Amino acid sequence: MSTSFRIDPYKFLPRSMIPEFRAFPHQPGAPPPVRPGKPLGQARVALLTSAGLYLKGRQEPFDLERERNQPTWGDPSYRIIPQHVKQEDLGVAHLHINPDDILSDFNITLPIEVLEEFARQGVIGAVAQRHYSFMGYQGVSVDAWRERYGVELAKQLREDRIDLLILAPS
Amino acid sequence: MPVLARAVEESGIATVMVTMLPEIAERFDSPRIAAVEFPFGHSYGVPHDRAMQETVVRTALSLYERDDLPVRVDVPVSWPVEFKTAYRGWQPKEAAPIVAMLKRQVLERHAKEHDPQQ
Repeated sequence: MSTSFRIDPYKFLPRSMIPEFRAFPHQPGAPPPVRPGKPLGQARVALLTSAGLYLKGRQEPFDLERERNQPTWGDPSYRIIPQHVKQEDLGVAHLHINPDDILSDFNITLPIEVLEEFARQGVIGAVAQRHYSFMGYQGVSVDAWRERYGVELAKQLREDRIDLLILAPS
Repeated sequence: MPVLARAVEESGIATVMVTMLPEIAERFDSPRIAAVEFPFGHSYGVPHDRAMQETVVRTALSLYERDDLPVRVDVPVSWPVEFKTAYRGWQPKEAAPIVAMLKRQVLERHAKEHDPQQ
């Protein structure tokens, strides 16, 4: 695969936000990369989105009222989205994106149905039964993600014997 | 979000980031990055365009078996909607609270600086 093609990473970002992103400093402390022991054709794959998806009527939406009152805060909790979710079961609680396209086709941020097709073809081993939805705006602090929810997420992925997690920040 | 990916890698599970802001992922030393030039909220493409969604997912999956880490692949797909429409289209109909707050602060500062009474 060619590595010469490069996207324009600021194409859709509001101009006023570009300097902040350009100046974002290097964050030391990454763990050594995992070297998977299994081929892709045997791997169990889970998905994570930060588009603020939740199950209508069965899960609380992300806390947007508190964010409206305290704009530097974002709800750090997450929702588990089951493998066989239906489009009509899903709501979006996120004040920083227009949710219309996701409410028309959730695969643009959580492509469970695309993964299922790859599992049928044998490209991957299996699709996880549990997928994860966060709300990406975290305001001034990602401490809760670092100290609590990241740890919980990793624990559940291990319980489900997941080999690969694909994350899509919104 | 790279903070969550780190916790997962730390537990021994491989991660891929599919992102519109690959430089942020790079500054977190994310091991596998699939970069897309898509509007926010549309990491895998256009609604109901299964071929486009498969291209992005396939690219992400292809990074799982790479051993030349860290690795970044940019998905060579252009957004098929005219730029201005797409740029406006992904944004919320009402400004996010933080955006509204910052705008208010700028306006207040501007008003203060131009107030002859001060």
